[in-house]
Amino acid sequence: MSENMMGLLKSEAKSLNFYYGEYQALKNINLTIAEKRITALIGPSGCGKSTFLRCFNRMHDLYPGNRYDGEIMLYPDDVNILHAKIDPIEVRMRIGMVFQKPNPFPKTVYENVAYGLRVRGISNRRKLDEKVEKALRGAALWNEVKDRLNSLAFNLSGGQQQRLCIARALATDPEMMLFDEPTSALDPIATASIEELISQLKEQVTILIVTHNMQQAARVSDYTAFMHMGEVVEFSNTNTIFTNPVQKRTEDYITGRYG
Amino acid sequence: MPNQSPTQSVQAIRAMVVRHKRWDIIFSIVGLFAMLGGIITLAALIVGMAMDGLPRISWDFFTSFPSRHAAKAGILSAWVGTTLVMMITVLSAVPLGVAAGVYLEEYAAKNWMTDLIEINVTNLAGVPSIVYGLLALGLFVYQLDLGQSVLAAGLTLAILILPVVIVTTREAVRSIPLTIREGAFALGATKWQTVSQHVLPYSTAGILTGVIIALSRAIGETAPLITIGALTYIAFLPESPFKGEFPYVSFEWMSSAFTVMPIQMFNWVSRPQEIFHYNAAAAGLVLIVMTVIMNALAIYIRYHFRKRIKW
Repeated sequence: MSENMMGLLKSEAKSLNFYYGEYQALKNINLTIAEKRITALIGPSGCGKSTFLRCFNRMHDLYPGNRYDGEIMLYPDDVNILHAKIDPIEVRMRIGMVFQKPNPFPKTVYENVAYGLRVRGISNRRKLDEKVEKALRGAALWNEVKDRLNSLAFNLSGGQQQRLCIARALATDPEMMLFDEPTSALDPIATASIEELISQLKEQVTILIVTHNMQQAARVSDYTAFMHMGEVVEFSNTNTIFTNPVQKRTEDYITGRYG
Repeated sequence: MPNQSPTQSVQAIRAMVVRHKRWDIIFSIVGLFAMLGGIITLAALIVGMAMDGLPRISWDFFTSFPSRHAAKAGILSAWVGTTLVMMITVLSAVPLGVAAGVYLEEYAAKNWMTDLIEINVTNLAGVPSIVYGLLALGLFVYQLDLGQSVLAAGLTLAILILPVVIVTTREAVRSIPLTIREGAFALGATKWQTVSQHVLPYSTAGILTGVIIALSRAIGETAPLITIGALTYIAFLPESPFKGEFPYVSFEWMSSAFTVMPIQMFNWVSRPQEIFHYNAAAAGLVLIVMTVIMNALAIYIRYHFRKRIKW
């Protein structure tokens, strides 16, 4: 796919290989992420889509024995975020993440959202209040929680908790957001509200989402990459992938022949 | 059998269920007796001690020094000694043990060295307490020249419970789910921010419970303190930690000679006159109450902290 077809690029994986110890989980991945668009990663379990996603905020650095090889460029400043000289904390300050299972901290709703701001040294109450409200509004949660900002996050429903986690990531104005199967632990109604939220968020942030659910990829994303056995088999417009895939493996997967 | 009617097989199933359930009945009877045996023995011990000791418990018993006259003797120096020694133990074992546990779990590289350390720490928790007494005699009393003091005793009990504090800290810290840590890291938190703002606060209940259980073991220890030279008869109190004039605090009490509750008990029990044995029983009751209060505190803390935290 050519660059002009995609508009501005936010990020790009170039010849990316990733190893868990001796095991190579990602094989020569080349993929472009368009700015303020939603890019979905689909594929069967164990295909490496979550592994790939977690390269973008250097989550693998938390565990010993993991090794990257290749580049993930972040634009517009043209920096390879996998470079050994780049501190993973710097990368995580720029790229937010929402996990598979809602993982709010056992703190109040307010403190959950404020945490990323506190990590960045913001302690002025007025500024925090303002940013927390903005993030909660951005995550379509404000109206539901504005009267119980000081109650514990665990008292919220699963879908609300996940939107709280989205607000928590949004509060720090990330340039890019990673979603790792964000609805796999939620019921269909909560899933629908999260999908709608993700679709709205692309106006302000670049989104990379891993999903196990092909309908979800078809509904929310602009671009879709199909991964299999640690490789990107096919990457294209979401529409093309689902209606007119080039590769046989892609077609087999999306028509439900395996996966 | 193809021509077997369904009712027959149902009867066979019922018979089998009855046969299998026989073991439930047998075990529940055996278990009941095992439980009664344990409970009755313990209850008898405590009731016997209460019957001997309760009449001796009065205000004077707490405010009098030990004496040659059993009826006048009290536990003043013993409970003050126990309190001061335990204070030193808490203040030294908790920071050291928690820091070591957190370091091992969160910071140290996972390799054969840390495995070796872990195995050793776990084994140290089972080393007989008198061995710690010998170690402390050499290290604190002679090498560091602390003498037979409150400070030496507190530190001795501190190293005695240190392994337990380290192990429970590690377990409490380990029980914080990975997803919570990843949540903090993903927001750009450093390891120290994650540990100090999430991991430690969320594992406080587990750590405190472990600490208190370790302390209730330490409070009853006699052997290591006798080894480092605790006195069995003391008719004075250590100097007060608070002063009327500048600088208002004093650390003289740390170098004072001391005795503790179980040693006072031991001293009374070893007297030939039976009347002293009642004193021992009364001191034992006080010690049991102290331990029960500590355990109740542990249960309360666990309940109080955990009700806010679900994973």
